[in-house]
Parts: sequence; C-alpha cells; structure tokens
Amino acid sequence: MNDMAAPTREERAAKLKGLGCSRKRVEDVRFTQGKGNYVDDVKLPGMLHGDFVRSPYAHARVKSINTEAAMAVPGVLAVLTAKDLEPLSLHWMPTLAGDKQMVLADGKVLFQGQEVAFVVAENRYAAADGIAAVEVEYEELPVLTDPFEALQSDVVLREDLEAGADGAHGPRKHHNHIFLWEEGDEAATNQAIDSAEVVAEEMVYYHRTHPCPLETCGTVASMDKVNGKLTVWGTFQAPHVVRTVASLLSGIEEHNIRVISPDIGGGFGNKVGVYPGYVCAIVASIVTGKPVKWIENRMDNLMATAFARDYWMKGRISATKDGKITGLHCHVTADHGAFDACADPTKFPAGFFHICTGSYDIPVAYVGVDGVYTNKAPGGVAYRCSFRVTEAAYFIERMIEVLAIELGMDAAELRRINFIRKDQFPYQSALGWEYDSGDYHTAWDKALKAVGYDDLRKEQAERVEAFKRGETRKLLGIGLTHFTEIVGAGPVKNCDILGMGMFDSCEIRIHPTGSAIARLGTISQGQGHATTFAQILASEIGIPADSITIEEGDTDTAPYGLGTYGSRSTPVAGAATAMAGRKIRAKAQMIAAYLLEVHDDDLEWDVDRFVVKGAPERFKTMAEIAYASYNQAIPGVEPGLEAVSYYDPPNMTYPFGAYICVMEIDVDTGQHEIRQFYALDDCGTRINPMVIEGQVHGGLTESLAIAMGQEIAYDEIGNVKTGTFMDFFLPTAWETPNYTTDYTETPSPHHPIGAKGVGESPNVGGVPAFSNAVHDAFRAFGLRQSHMPHDQWRIWKTAQQLGLHG
Amino acid sequence: MTKMHIKLTVNGEPKEVLAEPRELLIHTLREQLNITGPHIGCETTHCGACTVEMNGKSVKACTVFAAQADGAEITTIEGLGTPDELHVLQRAFREHHGLQCGFCTPGMITRAHRLLQENSNPTEEEVRFGMSGNLCRCTGYQNIVKSILAAAAEMNAIKEAAE
Amino acid sequence: MIPAAFAYHRPSDVQSAVRVLQEHGDEARVLAGGHSLIPMMKLRMAELGHLVDLQDVAELKGVSVENGTVSIGAMTTQHELIASDDLNRAAPILREAALQIADPQVRYMGTVGGNVANGDPGNDMPGLMQCLDASYTLVGPDGSREVAARDFYEAAYMTAREDEEILTRITFAAPMGGYAYEKQKRKIGDYATAAAAVLLTKEGGSVASASIAMTNLSDVPVFSEAAAAALVGSDCDEAATTAAISAMLDDIEPTEDNRGPVDFKRHVAGVILARAIQRAWSRA
Repeated sequence: MNDMAAPTREERAAKLKGLGCSRKRVEDVRFTQGKGNYVDDVKLPGMLHGDFVRSPYAHARVKSINTEAAMAVPGVLAVLTAKDLEPLSLHWMPTLAGDKQMVLADGKVLFQGQEVAFVVAENRYAAADGIAAVEVEYEELPVLTDPFEALQSDVVLREDLEAGADGAHGPRKHHNHIFLWEEGDEAATNQAIDSAEVVAEEMVYYHRTHPCPLETCGTVASMDKVNGKLTVWGTFQAPHVVRTVASLLSGIEEHNIRVISPDIGGGFGNKVGVYPGYVCAIVASIVTGKPVKWIENRMDNLMATAFARDYWMKGRISATKDGKITGLHCHVTADHGAFDACADPTKFPAGFFHICTGSYDIPVAYVGVDGVYTNKAPGGVAYRCSFRVTEAAYFIERMIEVLAIELGMDAAELRRINFIRKDQFPYQSALGWEYDSGDYHTAWDKALKAVGYDDLRKEQAERVEAFKRGETRKLLGIGLTHFTEIVGAGPVKNCDILGMGMFDSCEIRIHPTGSAIARLGTISQGQGHATTFAQILASEIGIPADSITIEEGDTDTAPYGLGTYGSRSTPVAGAATAMAGRKIRAKAQMIAAYLLEVHDDDLEWDVDRFVVKGAPERFKTMAEIAYASYNQAIPGVEPGLEAVSYYDPPNMTYPFGAYICVMEIDVDTGQHEIRQFYALDDCGTRINPMVIEGQVHGGLTESLAIAMGQEIAYDEIGNVKTGTFMDFFLPTAWETPNYTTDYTETPSPHHPIGAKGVGESPNVGGVPAFSNAVHDAFRAFGLRQSHMPHDQWRIWKTAQQLGLHG
Repeated sequence: MTKMHIKLTVNGEPKEVLAEPRELLIHTLREQLNITGPHIGCETTHCGACTVEMNGKSVKACTVFAAQADGAEITTIEGLGTPDELHVLQRAFREHHGLQCGFCTPGMITRAHRLLQENSNPTEEEVRFGMSGNLCRCTGYQNIVKSILAAAAEMNAIKEAAE
Repeated sequence: MIPAAFAYHRPSDVQSAVRVLQEHGDEARVLAGGHSLIPMMKLRMAELGHLVDLQDVAELKGVSVENGTVSIGAMTTQHELIASDDLNRAAPILREAALQIADPQVRYMGTVGGNVANGDPGNDMPGLMQCLDASYTLVGPDGSREVAARDFYEAAYMTAREDEEILTRITFAAPMGGYAYEKQKRKIGDYATAAAAVLLTKEGGSVASASIAMTNLSDVPVFSEAAAAALVGSDCDEAATTAAISAMLDDIEPTEDNRGPVDFKRHVAGVILARAIQRAWSRA
C-alpha cells in the first residue's frame, strides 16, 4: 500500500533551497580539496614569466636603463621599457577616472614601486635574476607626500599634463590639483551654520590603507597567432570591461579577445582596474607568440596597486541647542597619488561621498572635494568602500560624536532625534540622493537593547571614577554607529565605467531533463554567487538550486556585465536574475496552459508548478514543462526554454545598520581589548543568512584592522613604511573577537526581490564603530578627535596628551 | 647553478625532481609536481597560505628549500581525504561556512589537521592560538574556529564510539 | 620572493660543517631552521654563495637536564623546547617565552641556536639567555670555546662568533625561584615592542637575587645589572620596582620605528618590566 502523502507546499519550497535558506556552498567542494583554479594555477605549454623592475624612489628622472646584463642572464628573453611600448601607444594608458597613467616609466617615476621595466624570462627564477641585473640610473627629485603641501608647491609632478588646461572633471586650479567636485547648496549651508545655536567643527582624517586580498594580482596572457585570438586569464573583478579596454588598447577586435576571471582569492576592490602588469603581459605575449604570466609579490601589491581612502575631511555641523541638526558642510582634500586611477563611475570623481548626510534628516548640506596629486601609488576607491561611502560614513559618524560633545548630549540620543523617519521614505537627501527605504528607529532601539546600553553607560561612568581614584588603568569605550550606505551602481543614465552603462545581466537556459545553467555578468571573489544566485532562481522558477549551475567570468559565454564591486551584484545582477527567471516563468506558463489544455489565465504559480485554479490535482511541474519545451510542437511558442535579462536599475539601494563596539583600553600600553561587538544589518530581503553572516564577520575584521593599526604609511621622501605583513596590520585569529550579528529586514521597494546587498556594509559601519569606541573611552577626559589608525602607540600618545600618565 | 636530485614523498607517493638548491618547496610543489592546493600570499613568511605538513610538522613551504625537504614526507591538502571520502575537517569547513574565496583554505585545513593531532580537544582559545600562523581576509575567523571545533568534536565522537 | 643562487651543503657532523665555513669564509652561512635567514634571502637582503644545512648534524640535537645543568642543542626547535617537560620543570621561563615567539609553523622550524646566534635585536632568546646567564659553545677549526651570552652580542647582527665558528649548544644552571617573560607586541608573530625576562629568588620575604634582561630596546639585548641590583634586598614593593625601572631605562636605547616613537617604547618598557617583576615575585 502506498503510504506516501503528497509533499506539502512548505516541503516543496524547502527542497528548492531558495531565498532565505542557509544553503551550503557549492564552491566549497573544490576549495576544501585544494582544487580551486586561481590565476597562478594556470599553466600553459611554453608559458613565460614576466615581472617588473620597480623604482626605489618616489620621484625621480629616469636617466638611463641598461638591459645588457639582464639580457645575458640565462633564461631571460626580453626586457621591455617605455621606449618599446611607445610605438604601440601603450607606454601610457587611460585610467578609469579620465586621467592617464604610465605603464612603464616614461622619463620619470612618480611613486616608490612604480613599474620601470618588464623582464620576460623562461621561468620566474630567471625573471628575478634578470630584474636584479637591470641597471637604472635615477636622478632624485623633490618628493611631495602631503596633499596640502602639494597644492602650494612649485614642484610639478605631472609634467605630461598641459599647464592651465582642464582635467577630465573640469578646471584644475594648480599643477598638482586634479579636480574640484561639488554637490549641495554651499550658500544656504553656510547661512544655516553661521546662524546656528551650536556648531561643531572638526578635521576628520580617514587614512590611507589597502584592500590586500590574500591572492595578489596577476594574469596569464596568451596570444594565439594562428587563430588571431587573445585569451587573458586574470584577477579581474570586471572581466567584460577588461575585454573592452584590451580591445581599445590593442586594436584587436573584441570577438577575438577572450577574458577569463577564474577563481579569485579575494578582490575587495583591489582587482577592478587595469594594471601595467596586465598590459605588459599582453604585449609580451603578442610579441613572443607565447603565453606570458605575471604574478605580483605582496610588496608590489601593497606598494603599487589600488590603495584605499586617504581623505582629509573638514566638517562643520550645526544644530539647535536641543540637538536637531540644521546644516552640514564638508570639504575634502583627497590624496589620489601620482595618477588619478580611482575606480569610480565616470561622472563621480569622488564616488558617492555625498551620502555623507548618512542616516540623518539634514535640511541643507554642501560637499566640496579637491583631488590632489602626490608621490604615492594611484587608486583610492577600493576596500569595500562602495565608492567612497566608507569615507562618508566615517565622516558623519565622527561629526555626530563631536556634535554630541559640543551639545553635552548622549550620542545615541542625538542620533535618534535626527534619524530619517520610516514614513519619510523614499527620502530626498539634501545632497541629491533618493533613499529607497529604511526603518532606523527600530534598528537602533533593537541594537541598544541588545547590548544593554544604559547599563553600559552606568558601568562606564563608574569606570571613569575608579580611574580617577587610581584603582584601574583601563578605560571603557562604547562605539556607536548607525550607517546608511548606497550600493547597486547603477542607473545607466548617470552611472558608467569608461562609458559602459552600469547595468548587469543574467542568461538562463533550462535543459530538457529539468536542470539549468545561468550565466551572469558579475564575478564572485568569495561572495558565493554560484550558491546564492541559484537560490534566487530556484525561488523564481521552481527548479531546486542544487539543479542549477551558475557560471561567471568567461567573456566568451557570459552576457556583458560590469562586474562585482561596490556590493552591486545582488542589487543589479540579482535583479537581472529574477527578471530573467520571470521571463522563463512567463513562457513556462504558456507551455503549461497548452499541456493542460486551459487558458494561460486559468493557471496560478505554486512554488514549483503551474496549477489549474480551483483544480489543484491538475498541474505541471517546471521539470515537465522543460521537457515539453524540447519535445512538443506548441503553436505560437518557440522550442526551448531560455531567457536573458539586462537590468538597468531605477535607483541605487540603501542598506543600513546599527553597530555597537564595547572596548577596553589600557592607557599605559595603548593595548585594546574588544569586549563585545554587536552588528545589526538591514540588507532588505536576505537570500542566504549564512553567507550574509560570513560577509559581516569578514568585513568587520577588515574594519578592525583599518581602525586599529593598518595603514599604508610613507616617510617624508616617499618610502613606503608598511610594505610587508610585518608592519601592514592584518589580525590573526588571536586578535579577532567573536561578533554578534543580528538583522532587521526592510525590503527595497524598487528591487524585484527587495534585496539591497550587504558585502560592504560591515566596512562602512565597522570602522566608525571601532574608532568611536576609542574616542568614547577618552571622551570623559576631553578627547574630541584622534586620527586613525588607533594603534598602540597612538592610543598611548592620546592618553599622554590628555595627562593620563601623570 | 647545477640542479640537485631531490627525492621526497608527497601525499604518500614517492616523487623525484631536479631543482636548484634555491628552489623553494612551495614552487617545487606547485610548478614541478602540479600540486596547486597550497598557495602563495606573501613573501615574508606571515600569511600561511603555503602551509603543508613536513615530517609531521606544520611548515610554511615558502620558507623551506626543496633541498631541505630531500628525504622528507610531505602532506598537502590534496592528501587529506578523497573526493568520495572527504576528511572530517573538509566537511566541517563546508558545514560551518569556514571559507569564502578559498585561497587560505588549503593552508588553513592542513594546519588545523596538525593542530588536532597536537591537541585533540582544544578550547576556542587554543584553536585561535593554534591557527595564528594562518591569515584569512574573508571570514573574520569566527566560522573557521567553529569548523575546527566541530571537526574535533566529530573526531572525538568517532574515537569514543570505536573504543 | 626568489633568492639568488647558492651552493648547498648538508654535512652530517660539526667538523664537516666547519670545514665548509672555513673554505668559503663570509660567503658561507649555516642554515638552522631557516626562518630568519630564508626570508632575508628571498628579499635578497642576504646573498651568499654557500649554505650549510645543519639538519643532519646529530650532535646539535638533544636536550638534557643533569645535576641542575640544562643543556640544549642548537638545532632544538622552539616547538621541541615547548614540548619538553624536562626543560619545563628545570626552567619554565623557556616555555613561557617560546610560546610568545612567532607562530606555530615558525616554531616548528625555528631553532634556539638560530634565535641566539643571529644577532637580530628583535629575537627573544638572546635576552632570555642573558637573564639565565647561559653559556654558548662555539666550535671552529681551532676547537671549541665557551662564550657567556652576556658577552656575546656586540651590535645588530654582530656577535662574538667568528665566521667559521658554529654555535652548537646552550648551557645554563637551572634557575631557582620566580620567573616571568613578559612581551608586548602588536600582534602574534610580531617582534617585541618591549620584552622583559626576569628571574628572582626570595629569602625571608626579600629578594635574594635577581636577573633582568630586556629585548628589542637597543641594537643588542640589554642585561641590566643595575635594574636587578635595585630589587635585591627589597620586598619587591612599588618603590623597588620603580627604582628597577629607572635603572633599566638608563641601560636601554630604543629607536623609533613602526611600533612607535622612543618615549612610547620607554614607557612600555617600564610597564612590561613592572609586570614581569610582579609575576616573577608571585612565583618566587
């Protein structure tokens, strides 16, 4: 006798492992067995190795390059210099920010570690020997490492730029000036601030650091001279854009270029732009007709690839004496390094920094950003910054704290009375953004309750007294942050990368026996797309996620997309996935209607099947429909079952969160201990809770590093002081605390599945939380602002300056 | 420089290579023997992505010459478990989301394997201390620690059941 | 990342190793655990024509505690040091210090001999051995000699060892009384911002003897006789500790680096020494 009851709707949904399921990752199977395929794993017959001679000087003329000894090293085949690239017009290349940068030193070098010559050899050992044998004669020039000084100095860094001519973003007011970018109403803002009851002014510095993924950048370029086809494997967060750029630079048509991003060992924005290593490897391959691999060292990565931050943010914030904010003025001096290679959408040279009104209802505001050239590596936009949003959030969350000090108010309360209210969404900010949705008060109250905020303040007050009595040398800090960030770049009408609109795409094909393959224009670097995008589809089309293959990264097969950075995959490609899924379902409905001999409108969708309304025993599963699409001649319907969607988002999405960090600080040693870290994130619809939690843990740990010791530091003559892991702070498992993660769910009203994206939120919110904890610990002793990173000696210095070592 | 004749056992199999004395073990494994599980993440012996087991010790293969490994027994991630029968650690890392980009994972699991031989029932603190030679940029370590503790618990349960 | 080429030797006894050093002078270096030398070679900051791998030299292994004398072979790894219960009974300060060196993988390879012979001011064992009043056995072409750790360090990377000598063994009398190795660092794996090794004995409620050495606060380890003298005869109260710190501060000469400026290091040195003294006293 058959005891099997038909599965319930809940059981059928669970089997799909769709939205909301903590589905285990499909990627893990190969990674845990050491069977990932990263760029340095790529080996081709006859493959050569290339690597760079790099400048030890931050600013110098290159008087001569002697390659004779290098060419005599066994195994060395060629040494490329700017002179060799000039006939191909490749000695310089355009940057993503409308500037140009040297591929190889052309007459001078502008930062320590800059590429001077490219040695091509049979293997990496010979290449290293070749590099050591190249003789370069330099003539040192004065070095500019301070952007304020650079804007006054007679020293000209960019002699290639025409004096007095406009830059890519408008007029340049000095030879070391790049652009002035403005947003908001300066006159009205100054008026509000000048007439305010309370004003707080502060310089908030977000220091230079580096995204430092564990895998460095690299490429294998292979020119097939027989077929005229160039194949390039690489650490590319935007493979299609790289293909288009490679075509424009090389003159090879795009259909003859195949770019492959294989497994990538972390990106964090470090792998968005095009580096000289990629260009030189491609040139070397075209010239030799052999594959050429370039993999950089860690020092190269830290010294020469896209750094993050370096924003000097001068803020003025005004309020009533009851704490209601009336205006916000921000001027930024942005240190861009020697070339403006910021990976921003074209029209936004300061990214989305003008989200700096944050979670607060501020009636009038102004932002002005002056970009400056210095003798440092190019870059600036990277490290889970969502295009300068990390800087913006740090700025406003510090200004709130400084304002709270000025008002003599509790900083949690100051935030609450200024939050944008739930009923104000969609909210038009004073700096031009339309925030999609939010419920900040609920998140804030939940967070404060979870950590027992009032008790913490009591404990802190008692600790201050105990400290004054000499009973303890440890202070307690409570670091608050409520951040709103902006991701999902973005609407084509104003978001483009090198002219490519920032849409994204998904192409789905269902197989006859009911499984499927979907290809996206994005590329995971650890975010788990192969797992999570299948979940989106499973919920849309009723095929189990386990039966859906997700592919990314091969430009020969994947639909054009703008890649993965700025937490854009879920908002944009995730939307494209849902929309393509809905196209599949629309066609499936017609097929089901034919099979069931009813009208399309007589059917309704039920998890994994179309059911005849009012007759639940009459249905067709997606599997049956798929087979029929290959098997049946259906009038008016093409065979097969596939769909593609290119999604142009109507707006950005605005995830938000409430983070609280409780920290102990030893004033004598400068050491800190994180007692507790609570992170509440609202990313709208949650696709895979396990993956979200992992993203938050990772981002918070990057934030811990940034706030508490990590920096790219230079001395006065431009030497990098933190070029290895001895001094570039990456916490181990020992220095890292356990985090408590929590959430609320406020869907995005304009996104097909209401999802907002979450990957960068922990960096946006984490750094202010850690930094505010340090500041808060010293608040009772008079501290207003102390620049990051808060490493031991700087915390100690703060204590010393406040007289706590007496 | 003349090459040396080096013999070593890798994941149970005898291997012979010709290598310059200065060839680093990590390159011998990855380039000559096609064992690409262990990765290179730095050049200053900090990150641990290259961690293998050599003669029963957790060792960073980037800081050992192949010549030093002449006669040694090496185990890499590829030698722990098989596709049909994964090692407890490999299953635990997947179960508890102990990896994201996967780049640190071979070194991480290989080190965890030796850690659990040193101490089969570690506390969380002992796991964090024992894994402090392996850096991760993606996970924030919390789920790595969880994975290792779960693997330890399972291995101990199996051992107890067998006794 | 890639070292320059060299010739490799792997002798099986000390004399053969010494002969290679003799033949090639300063072109040759011994290879112990390799975790100080190889990183320098990879950055091409150390270039040598000949490397002498000591891993097969049996006389350099082995740890013994006999009649109150501790003897440690130079090729004993930090891991073996930590694992030795004999050593831990005789001189628990060793395990306490070794656990604060580097990370687990580096401790599996890094040797005590390499750590004391290198002359790197950041290494922890030199100061510790000075505190223990250890003696180093140096073997060269002319035979063997003993040099006290307290006489061994001349400047950064410059020691009393001649180019053709090999440090083979470390010997010291098992210490009595209380002990502590206190080290402040930025993270696991870092060298010390400041570290202090303290040994002291208690008699009738007072400090009978004391030994204090500081690490990474000068271009050599600093054995501070004056700091120890300030404790002797006291009951290790605040006044005595303050006096010890003051004396120690006169003996160190820290330089500014990424860990911090000089005034910070001096302050931390004092704090670390104070904590080490307290801990050692509590165990005395």
